[in-house]
Amino acid sequence: MKQTSPRRVAIVGAKRIPFARSNTTYAHLSNKTLLTDTLRGLVEHYNLQGDLLGEVVGGAVMKHARDWNLVRECVLSSGLHPNTPAYDIQQACGTGLEATIAVANKIALGQIDVGIACGSDTTSDVPVAIHPQLQRILMDINGAKSMTGRVKGLLRAIRPQYLMPEFPVNAEPRSGKSMGQHAEITAQRFGIGREEQDALALMSHRNLAAAYEAGFYEDLVMPYGGLDSDNNLRPDSTPEKLAKLPPAFDRKAGTITAANASPLTDGASAVLLATEEWAQQHDLPVLAWFVGAETAAVDFIDEREGLLMAPAYAVPRLLKRHGVKLQDFDYYEIHEAFAAVVLCTLAAWDSAEFCRDKLGLSHALGAIDRSRLNVKGGAVAAGHPFAATGGRVVGTLAKILSEAGRGRGLISICAAGGQGVTAILER
Amino acid sequence: MSDFLLELASHPLGARLIKTLGLPKPITLARVKGGILAPPLQGKMALLAGAAGGYAEECLHAALLRAGATVAKVDSDDVVQRLDILVFDATGCTSPAALRALYEGFHAQMRRLAQNARILIVANEPSRASDPVAAASARAIEGFMRSLAKEVGRQGVCVNLAYAPHDALGQLGGLLGFFVGERASYVTGQVVHVDNRVAAPMVSTQIQPLAGKVALVTGAARGIGQAIVQRLAEDGARLVCLDVDTARDPLYETAARWNGLPLVVDVASAGAGAVLTKFLMQKTQGVDIVVHNAGITRDKTLANMKPAQWDRVMAVNFAAIVAIDEALQHGGVLHDDGRVVCLSSISGVAGNYGQSNYAASKAALIGYVAARASMLAERGIAINAVAPGFIETPMTQKIPPLARELGRRINSLSQAGQPRDVAELVCFLASPGASGITGNTLRVCGQAMMGA
Repeated sequence: MKQTSPRRVAIVGAKRIPFARSNTTYAHLSNKTLLTDTLRGLVEHYNLQGDLLGEVVGGAVMKHARDWNLVRECVLSSGLHPNTPAYDIQQACGTGLEATIAVANKIALGQIDVGIACGSDTTSDVPVAIHPQLQRILMDINGAKSMTGRVKGLLRAIRPQYLMPEFPVNAEPRSGKSMGQHAEITAQRFGIGREEQDALALMSHRNLAAAYEAGFYEDLVMPYGGLDSDNNLRPDSTPEKLAKLPPAFDRKAGTITAANASPLTDGASAVLLATEEWAQQHDLPVLAWFVGAETAAVDFIDEREGLLMAPAYAVPRLLKRHGVKLQDFDYYEIHEAFAAVVLCTLAAWDSAEFCRDKLGLSHALGAIDRSRLNVKGGAVAAGHPFAATGGRVVGTLAKILSEAGRGRGLISICAAGGQGVTAILER
Repeated sequence: MSDFLLELASHPLGARLIKTLGLPKPITLARVKGGILAPPLQGKMALLAGAAGGYAEECLHAALLRAGATVAKVDSDDVVQRLDILVFDATGCTSPAALRALYEGFHAQMRRLAQNARILIVANEPSRASDPVAAASARAIEGFMRSLAKEVGRQGVCVNLAYAPHDALGQLGGLLGFFVGERASYVTGQVVHVDNRVAAPMVSTQIQPLAGKVALVTGAARGIGQAIVQRLAEDGARLVCLDVDTARDPLYETAARWNGLPLVVDVASAGAGAVLTKFLMQKTQGVDIVVHNAGITRDKTLANMKPAQWDRVMAVNFAAIVAIDEALQHGGVLHDDGRVVCLSSISGVAGNYGQSNYAASKAALIGYVAARASMLAERGIAINAVAPGFIETPMTQKIPPLARELGRRINSLSQAGQPRDVAELVCFLASPGASGITGNTLRVCGQAMMGA
């Protein structure tokens, strides 16, 4: 039986809609609408109408029950060939990058020649659930075989407390703490100060603004719903303005503020991956190569490890597998869930103690050249629609590498549940 | 989009009420679902008659049989109770005396016509007649046909006239199946000029006639455009569905439903021709059928009309079509033996209050197809216009109720047409069998009184 050997995976294109702060421009748009329109944007830009792709993979973190088959539904309205298969995945903020890995792996293994990785999220249109006990009662009524059973169930259902709907919360189910509270604890552990975080936030805004100014995002970001660029971007922000904001999670000693954290955001993104041959046949230049990926998770219960520190574990394994050093990269895309997370991750790699005790390395990975970090802006400035962030980062880094003509880039994205997804792109 | 009177008339009690009140009583028109999957006249009882000395009868007889009809002849002993189809060869009507054959041929059959029956009269093209009397006699048939259509319209019967000179006989077979078939549900009182400029297809298939063809439909997202997409797809064509950005959602849904390729372009934009050329060459290796359906209205009386309202209507409804045709023609995108159909309008034929801009642009298309036909004929391409009358669409739903009710009734069938009726005619004109028709404007209007 014929066995194929792994093939190089090309990032051929990327498209996203401008990201919008929660409850602003896209307040009344659903995930399905955002993702469908983004896929259409990609399809139209790369002339994929009617094309049968190998697979479309993606997801949304905040998802309605009715959207259980979100990506396939969106594909059917995307202009792609209706026989294009699709499936949903979800790995919190790692969803977009994990989708990219899934598509890339299938291409590498020769199972498909081309695919799309995508993601969408809206915190303006979250599923609001009913009280769990009421839900149980309603399910019982639904399953009741007799009228008496149904009436009995209905009587049980009448309780004032059941009128309160249940909103999803941005908190870890196991710790009950919000992500910000976790990040604050980790920041204090690594001694990351407020000024350092504000400086990184400012850099994020300035880099993103400069990139828009230079037209970098012109083909990556499509105008949508009246927006041309991310509406969280504050090009005129100053250190003084940032310094005025109160801490958000720890009123007394906290360092994380609304300005050095990524905001709740609505948006969607999509990335087109293919073999070199497919790209050539379709007259599409290769932006960058998807080289490899690594995922990790940490035990964050009782703060045994920082909730968002998993990428610090994933990256050293990735480096080892590909035989490169942390300093062998021209660009670093480290996800700014909070400015503090980026700084904690860098501090961990630069710490001989952390590298020895936690990673089992003989010496520290060392520091990186900060001028190579998030050079076209990060989530603090652009916003962070959970499942759409991976696509934004992959698309951005691929284009950076394509413009540079050569180079290597590292992607590191932290995710809820103590997880981290990382990858290497090259050109 | 319900027609209350039509619904009322379909119930026995309602029908009596309508009679008591003296209201028009429309019947439910026969329509066909799906594409052409069987010979179009299968199961139909046809009568073929004619005036002495005609030249088309033999050809019509063969065509009826080929299309699946059971054919009775007047002089035979067959006792036919119910006629679905009446075909009359009037090519022999070349003098006042010979016209009497019309009276004799039709008078005896009038009460035997089934509901939704079809009548086609074939006569010599007046301009090709041998002498002025023969020309006048041929022209007389048009008056006869139009009157007949008004008399039998109440029964859903459609009557049309094909002027076919002797050298175009070979083209009749291709169009007979449509004009005496059920798909011509709202086309009545029309004259079609048949000629031999576009060569008839060497092989023509009656079933799925558009299999293997690529069709471009502009304004495809909604209404008539959507119906045309569906109809062309049903007959086997591969669709490219074009519409503007604001219709993106319905466009993608229409395209998805009929397995077409969506293309978002403003036909009036400067680069539209180039975009289309690139898209069609890359995606479908050219195009066989182009349906210029995209159109807009900017209604105002001339006194109140802004310059932009005039300009925009002219740009979308007229200039864009010319520009796109040019681009497709020069780029070699439009294949040989292609078909072009422009959507004109009854307003273009008759004029309409508050639509001087729209009517001008739609009348322009009537002149356009007539003038362009000869230029395209040598490549086997036919170009025609279709002028819909009052069709139940989202656009006509916006007309005030009284005017809408009037618009529906002032035609021989006492009811509005459906987008499907327009799509049927467009689909026929897009088929290989329509090679005998080019440069024509055909109305699908139930023989509306406007502009008749």
